[in-house]
Amino acid sequence: MNDSLILRTSAPLLLWLSIAVSVFVLLRGHNAPGGGFLGGLMGAGGVLLYAIARGRVAAIRFLRLPPVAYCGIGLLAALASGLPGLLGEAPYLTHLWAFPAGLPLGTTILFDLGVYLVVLGTITAMFLALVGD
Amino acid sequence: MTMVHTPLLLLPLALAAAAAIAAGFLRPRLAAFVGCGAAAAGFAAYLAMAGGVAEGVRATAPLLAVPTLGIGGGLALDGLALIFALLITGIGALVFLYSADYLGADRRLGRLSVMLLVFMLAMLGAVTADDIVLLFVFWEMTSLASFFLVGFNHTERGARQAALQALLVTGAGGLALLAGLLLVAGAAGTTSISGIIAARDAVLAAPTAVPAMLLVILGCFTKSAQVPFHFWLPNAMAAPTPVSAYLHSATMVKLGIYLLARFNPVYQDEVLWQTILTWFGLVTSATGAVLALRETDLKRVLAYTTITGLGTLTLLIGVAPAEAATAAMTFLVVHALYKAALFLVAGVVDHETGARDASRLGGLGRAMPLTALAACLAALSMAGLPPFVGFVAKELVYAVKLDGESSALLVGVGFLVNASTVAIAGVLSLRLFFGTRQPTPRAPHDPGLAMLAGPILLAGLGLIAGSMPGLLGDRLVGPAAAAMLGRPADVHLSLWHGPSVLLALSIATVAAGMAIFAAWGRIVPGMRRAAIVDVAGPAALYERGLARLLEIAAGTTRAIQHGSLRGYLRLLFAVAALATLATLLLRDGLRLPAFDAAGLDARALILLGLPVGAAAAALAPTVFVAILAMGLVGFTTAALFLVFGAPDVAFTQFAVETLLVVIFAAAIRYLPIRRRGYRQRRERVADATIAVGTGLAVTLALLAVLGTPYDSRLSDWFGDQSLAAAHGRNVVNVILVDFRALDTLGEITVLAIAAFAVTALLRPIPKDQTR
Repeated sequence: MNDSLILRTSAPLLLWLSIAVSVFVLLRGHNAPGGGFLGGLMGAGGVLLYAIARGRVAAIRFLRLPPVAYCGIGLLAALASGLPGLLGEAPYLTHLWAFPAGLPLGTTILFDLGVYLVVLGTITAMFLALVGD
Repeated sequence: MTMVHTPLLLLPLALAAAAAIAAGFLRPRLAAFVGCGAAAAGFAAYLAMAGGVAEGVRATAPLLAVPTLGIGGGLALDGLALIFALLITGIGALVFLYSADYLGADRRLGRLSVMLLVFMLAMLGAVTADDIVLLFVFWEMTSLASFFLVGFNHTERGARQAALQALLVTGAGGLALLAGLLLVAGAAGTTSISGIIAARDAVLAAPTAVPAMLLVILGCFTKSAQVPFHFWLPNAMAAPTPVSAYLHSATMVKLGIYLLARFNPVYQDEVLWQTILTWFGLVTSATGAVLALRETDLKRVLAYTTITGLGTLTLLIGVAPAEAATAAMTFLVVHALYKAALFLVAGVVDHETGARDASRLGGLGRAMPLTALAACLAALSMAGLPPFVGFVAKELVYAVKLDGESSALLVGVGFLVNASTVAIAGVLSLRLFFGTRQPTPRAPHDPGLAMLAGPILLAGLGLIAGSMPGLLGDRLVGPAAAAMLGRPADVHLSLWHGPSVLLALSIATVAAGMAIFAAWGRIVPGMRRAAIVDVAGPAALYERGLARLLEIAAGTTRAIQHGSLRGYLRLLFAVAALATLATLLLRDGLRLPAFDAAGLDARALILLGLPVGAAAAALAPTVFVAILAMGLVGFTTAALFLVFGAPDVAFTQFAVETLLVVIFAAAIRYLPIRRRGYRQRRERVADATIAVGTGLAVTLALLAVLGTPYDSRLSDWFGDQSLAAAHGRNVVNVILVDFRALDTLGEITVLAIAAFAVTALLRPIPKDQTR
């Protein structure tokens, strides 16, 4: 728990702001600077700030799962994104695309989400292991 | 020879695998019965194929082919494989049944069943594999299963040591075998075993033919406990008795014999092959026979007689006459039947009386008549008395030895070995079950049907097979001998040959054996006093070698894994710098890019941030300031990326640097180093040298890269294809998630592993425990 009242009060706001921006960066990554790696780093930055302001326990309560669980989920998502390609006899991790109503959707977004979660999980796991309550 | 594809060949393996998985979830006793059922069903499947095999049909089935690596995989069943497969599944079924009562209420019965099933799967795969890669994988699986089964009572130090010893000896042999098999496959141009046998001339003509053969022999000798590797087998008796009966007498230790027999068609005419197998086999059988007379522990006695049997088998593969194959295969079956039966009997005696020292047991026959019956039947076969099948085998072995070269020595040593075997058979039957009753820890009585079925059936089979040797010869031994010779074998087994030299030898053997038996009580203590065996034997050599190896390992660990983080970093950077510099100098890689003064850009002034940050970090008064200074270096780099057209990388770099500073700041609270001056002057000079060297190496490498003509084909291709093929305009991200997705997957896996490691290492320590 940080001594600064201002930091403690603004922490949730800054956290949600970081998460929102990080998701935005994740989604725009395919066409503009951004992507899962960068998004994950920014999201992690928000969680770190929150942990500094309100302590480790509060940060873990916000995450709901242990940070390494995010790594596991992320890895599974990235692994799963390669499976649909196998159905069409293409090599593993060949991404498929669909264009419902002109919106391009690919299995790449699942892969990028996996990267996002692994990066977020790794950074927060390391920091939360170091920071005090 | 006709070939038939049949999925039936996969059935026993599939059943064993399914049962092994199921057994993990079942009640322990049920798991043992499921194992018994799987083994019995496998036995039935092999029996169903036996008729075809006897008529020369070769059953095949595909399994685990890797065509891209030139591995054909696949299973094949011929006479040799069949005889082993029937022993593995048949004895296996009885052993599972036996274990159900032997371990009884012990909760570990489930674990034992699972491991025995895994072992059975591995054994069946090894003997039916038609591909050396497949064979080797299953071969190693049996070694691992043996490790866990020998170490079953893992709370006992002796069991753990015995398990490790068995694994190290057979594992080292396995490595030799792998090298040998690869050499053979390279010479033959195929990994298929039938292909290698067909390419016999190429295998023998290859320049590596002799080393390959020696390596294969080495692998087989460790597995089958031949001198000088025999010492692991008696120690493996730390395993529960059903395991000893199954792995260390009937099946696994015969895997080496199997492979020797399998490769016999290739090497049978080689003098070196014949010489090594004959003489090592002879020495092994003699060693086992002599050492068996030093022991009183039932299981260790049996282990040494198993070594005798294995030596005899090796000898029979090595000696030249064609009938040797018949003798080998007959003896194989005979030995498996009586030895497994006697092991199970020993287990019954141990289980019921609480003792297994032969010198303190006696007169048990009245209390446990059925056990006594099984023991006597098995012992009569072991002693080689008619009408038991052991007699048939012994006559055959004598005949082969009389027929070949150096027959005087072979028969002479063989006579003594057989006499010792007869004596041990007497100890295990007459001494244990007749004569005066000796007090035992528990009052014995016959066990239940589950534990009696195995010994009685196996021992009874010895009698039945002896009474109709023709059937055994035609159905099993003949096809197996044919596979061992690589051509049809002329096999006629019979019990009675009429009066001959062989009969005289048999009678003399039994007489000599009975004489040794009569003196057994005096011989054993005398032999035990011969301490030379314990001091100078290969077992002692193993102990000393292992101790030395552990010392060396401890020394290297102390030198490399010293635990000082700064030491690790010094080593890391020094190696990186030296390797880069050496490569650049030795490979003539130093070059400078062309310098164009007109191309200078004012924005390059940002670069000044790098030396300033680096100098500040080096001179910083506290670690925290140094971390901030390092941040300056990072942010300068990010700014460079931003200015020179890589916003994506810059973006990421800014985020990484920010988080790095935050995490470092959190970490330094745990580090003992706070101020400057914690290093000696000498250390500072050394560190500075390494730092400057690393910087120099990286700079020179970068200059060399810039001095190399730039090939833009790859970047152009990615630029063109990014939108067209992958629907994305951000080339960097498209490469990461699509074109090179597998690389990224690998990277995030490493990242996740790092997170797991950090979490495990830096578990938050309760405040009151920190110092």
